[in-house]
Amino acid sequence: MQNPQPTMPTPASAYGARARVWNWRRALSPTGNTGDAVFRAVLFGCALMVLLLVAAMIAAMAANSRLSLREFGFGFLTSSEWNPVTGRFGALPFIYGTIVSSLLALLVSVPVSLGVAVFLVEQAPRRLSRPITFLVELLAAIPSVVYGLWGIFVLAPVLRQYVEPPLQKWFGWLPFFQGPITGIGLLTGGIILAIMITPIISAVVRDVLAAVPVTQREAALALGATRWETTRVVLANGAPGIAGAIILGLGRAIGETMAVTMVIGNRAQISASLFEPSYTIASVIANEFTEASEAIYLSALVELGLILFLVTFIINAAARLLVWSVTRATSGAART
Amino acid sequence: MHARRYATNAVMTTLTAACAFFAVAVLVLILGYIAYRGIGAISFQFLIETPKPVGEGGGIGNAILGTLILLAMACVVGMPFGIATGIYLAEYGAGRFAALVRFLTDTLTGIPSILIGVFVYTIIVLPMKQFSAMAGGLALALIMIPIVARTTEEMIRLVPASLREGALALGAPQWRVTTGVVLPAAASGIVTGAMLAVARVSGETAPLLFTAFGSRFFNVYLDQPMASLTVQIYNYAISPYDEWHALAWAATLILMTLILVINIAVRFFTRRKI
Repeated sequence: MQNPQPTMPTPASAYGARARVWNWRRALSPTGNTGDAVFRAVLFGCALMVLLLVAAMIAAMAANSRLSLREFGFGFLTSSEWNPVTGRFGALPFIYGTIVSSLLALLVSVPVSLGVAVFLVEQAPRRLSRPITFLVELLAAIPSVVYGLWGIFVLAPVLRQYVEPPLQKWFGWLPFFQGPITGIGLLTGGIILAIMITPIISAVVRDVLAAVPVTQREAALALGATRWETTRVVLANGAPGIAGAIILGLGRAIGETMAVTMVIGNRAQISASLFEPSYTIASVIANEFTEASEAIYLSALVELGLILFLVTFIINAAARLLVWSVTRATSGAART
Repeated sequence: MHARRYATNAVMTTLTAACAFFAVAVLVLILGYIAYRGIGAISFQFLIETPKPVGEGGGIGNAILGTLILLAMACVVGMPFGIATGIYLAEYGAGRFAALVRFLTDTLTGIPSILIGVFVYTIIVLPMKQFSAMAGGLALALIMIPIVARTTEEMIRLVPASLREGALALGAPQWRVTTGVVLPAAASGIVTGAMLAVARVSGETAPLLFTAFGSRFFNVYLDQPMASLTVQIYNYAISPYDEWHALAWAATLILMTLILVINIAVRFFTRRKI
């Protein structure tokens, strides 16, 4: 059925339209000012972009790994075959390399980072702590590729000549220190990662320690505790935040690409020895993405990216929540 | 009993100090070695020429130009979104939506940058069937947005509420208060945050590997592959030639100088402000 006279709007609908416009402004701005409403809508749109970006990243990677997801299913995670020629792909060697190199990095980095943070917050005089804080932060400003360059030409030779031979001599009966000594492999990758995540962990631990109320320290000191015993009280107080900092460091180590790619040897194998070359998820993406000519090859690489995205996303989210639980609670209490 | 407690105290405080000096020592070692290896290979020719085959020298002029163009693109695209998001979080950031956005920006800064490269590859390089400077610039912009957003929010939050109240009391609408009073008050902080974001993305390599890709020629076209300092360093570093290794160190010295100058300038600038 057609309406013969659609052109003239009835008064009621005109008022309705005006009321809608008015509501739109009201909803966005309590003052009802058009400029405010537009301003807020634009800012809101930009903030919404961040949300859409995360959604788009997941969607794009899921869509482009469809082929591999369908072909290999969950077997992708447990297969250790990576053969572009036959078109069979499994992620296990990369998952292994990523986990071992990251844990190795944490093993080296966590004690040092805690030491740095404790020194800067609890011990150093102000005129010493400020420049040292800046210098440690500069470590975080060095690009990954530069760490890689340094790793290839300085760290790897040093490890090959002065560190790995004695390790093999004394601890060679352990499976971790067997095999040929090349200076390129899991150990070197782990140590480079450790250097790279130390400034990140120590910066967050520093914030966490600074957020622990000074009364805790005064109470411990008043009971006759030594400086180190006081520090232990402070560390115990900030424990969730410190855990968050360590997890944050883990997330960085897992996703670190260039430096690791340059020193870890890039061989898809699972070996107990830390001297053997290995491969990480991020490294295989960096190395093989431009070579992936077949659709299934590219799809498998994108699926690796999707896995890496989800893992680092969850790790980062957990770390943020832990850190916030310490810094937000105490700083909020101190302010009000 | 007492002796042991004091001994523990002495040992542990020494150890923590040792950790701090160890970290600083590593920094000095790395920077020192870059300067030592890099200075010898730098010349005027090196700064303006394009890469050449082994044995013929060559330079990084196109890579320097490429990095500057990529950074400019990243700033043009990333800064407005980052700053606007930061303003939103600071000025309208009480609700649940803002909390979610704040959480996502924090989480995004921890997402491996190579995945930004994968994402941009799938949305730009695949449809265009070509590596392009555009894709590289977008990848860097996406890395920049969360960093800029968070520093902007923090800087705006430092602006005292009395300034806003004063302006509102004079009858200014909210948007005039934000753009005319709050932003100028926070401007220097926002600029320093933006500078640090530029320093951070100027060192990014992984997201450029399969977006901007790299090029052996001077290129200013945004739909063509483009060279960058970091990718050039990577290619030289993993090559088997000693001569190219020397070029990698020299290019690294240039890149580190840029990054250090920004960091130290920001440091100097903020200390005088506060």
